[in-house]
Amino acid sequence: MTNIHSTASEMASALTTKEISSVELTKQHLDRIASVDGKIHAFLHIDSDGALAQADAIDKKRASGEKLSPLAGVPIAVKDILAQKGIPTTAGSKILEGWRPPYDSTVVAKLKAAGVIILGKTNMDEFAMGSSTENSAYGTTQNPWDLTRTPGGSSGGSAAAVAAFEAPLAIGTDTGGSIRQPAALTGIVGVKPTYGGVSRYGVIAYSSSLDQVGPFARTVLDTALLHEAIAGHDERDSTSINAPVPQVVAAAKRLDVKGMKIGVIKELSGSGFQAGVSARIAESLELLVAAGAEIVEVSCPNFEYALAAYYLIAPSEASSNLARFDSMRYGLRVGDDGSKGAEEVMSATREAGFGKEVKRRIILGTYALSSGYYDAYYGSAQKVRTLVKQDFDNAFAKADVLVSPVTPTTAFKIGEKSNDPVAMYLSDIATIPVNMAGIGGMSLPVGLADEDGLPVGLQIMAPVMQDDRFYRVGGTLEAALLSKWGKPILSNAPDLAVK
Amino acid sequence: MAAISRDDVAHLAKLARIEMTPAELDHMATELEQILGAVKRVQEVATSDIAPTSHPLSMSNVFRDDVVKPSLTNEESLSGAPAKAEDRFKVPQILGEE
Repeated sequence: MTNIHSTASEMASALTTKEISSVELTKQHLDRIASVDGKIHAFLHIDSDGALAQADAIDKKRASGEKLSPLAGVPIAVKDILAQKGIPTTAGSKILEGWRPPYDSTVVAKLKAAGVIILGKTNMDEFAMGSSTENSAYGTTQNPWDLTRTPGGSSGGSAAAVAAFEAPLAIGTDTGGSIRQPAALTGIVGVKPTYGGVSRYGVIAYSSSLDQVGPFARTVLDTALLHEAIAGHDERDSTSINAPVPQVVAAAKRLDVKGMKIGVIKELSGSGFQAGVSARIAESLELLVAAGAEIVEVSCPNFEYALAAYYLIAPSEASSNLARFDSMRYGLRVGDDGSKGAEEVMSATREAGFGKEVKRRIILGTYALSSGYYDAYYGSAQKVRTLVKQDFDNAFAKADVLVSPVTPTTAFKIGEKSNDPVAMYLSDIATIPVNMAGIGGMSLPVGLADEDGLPVGLQIMAPVMQDDRFYRVGGTLEAALLSKWGKPILSNAPDLAVK
Repeated sequence: MAAISRDDVAHLAKLARIEMTPAELDHMATELEQILGAVKRVQEVATSDIAPTSHPLSMSNVFRDDVVKPSLTNEESLSGAPAKAEDRFKVPQILGEE
């Protein structure tokens, strides 16, 4: 029986055989949202009418025998950083409260064209700056595994929605780990595709040399199906790669890693990681060896500087990107009483509209780019970026994919790190190098930590435009874990609706 | 590296067009100092022989043919405007007091 606990692939098959209609499936998810989102707060906006209308249109097309895309009729949740025509899009910020974009981002347009049903927009750290959703201007999202903990961030709402069965699929963005870290902390699959693999047209920019859109789902195959639906060249994004999309769906189905070399990054293991995290990663490696892979150790000595470089590069680019929020053409305007000039109104609006972390990063970026400090900070950070790329090149000369934990710890408590920016930044230590080099990476749930019973994520990384490799390894490992556990990892999470 | 003063932050806030209260400036100066202390280690390995990387893809400019395509209407473009007049964005005065 197809229900909210089914995978997206199962839902897609049930829709094809007309066991269930898209309207019924969409209603099931809207009901689930109504019953649990008060506890989770994954959504900032729920578009029930739009979703049901879209579902009805798909059902009619199917009834008339029209050929539909693989995910047609399956619901999805979209991070509130992607523009969707006529639907509130805030990026988690007060400065965009009430704004309704007059156009669709390319990813949203692709989802609509594929007949994927958009349920609503999900919560996030303001402008994607954060690792917990605590920086959202609209309240924190709770982790479905433990409501006192964060789901990670910045795409925490999308991850929580999928983990809480409010949607089988979701879209996120990842600048320094914002898809992979929340996927790890909520026990689902999340992928940051190769930089340039998915169009960013209509995605509110944070750090343009790092930002990438990607998929969330509960299985590797579902993630691949969504990846394939959103990826590909877009002439409206000048950083979009004009090359065929890697064969991620075929790779996810391959279930074979014989002869593959898996590189374990020495610098992303050991003492800096929670014991329960390291234990699950070690078990995963054993399963991969049993499946015929070979483990090699690789060294990436410059990764220890990547976090510092990231917190110069991303704020620098943000200070420039967020200059567009000037109160003139859209968004909030404060203090325009006729007596003040444009600059005063602009400054008052940005003071009122931006949250603490956003201001912190804009000021930091402004500092790092100012004359006299440019070479010492931004310039040095760009050199570290070269070194991080070299480390990856050397490592990929020895291995087909690289692996590490996604995060140093399992999900942390809400409030635990919110007053210590540097401690919060450390939660991205293993994910940031991937963005710096522009390669792709997957977070795969590989079990629960013994000490707290919370999910652990394995990060699998592949060279530029070889995203199929982490789907191949992820799919194989997922199958091995499932046969070991006998049930999906999310069946261990509390059933929120019963409480 | 010189300590970050409240005046330094006030200057940065002015450049970034963010009005800040004295309390905010003080707080930001402390935090900025702390963050810069953590990130300045990039200088340890950034020697002069290393070329900087500004972007993960080596791309040059992307051009398209100069042909008119459908775009937003005037009404759509102005749909989110905080203020508008005569089919245009209405903005506060920009040329100082008159």
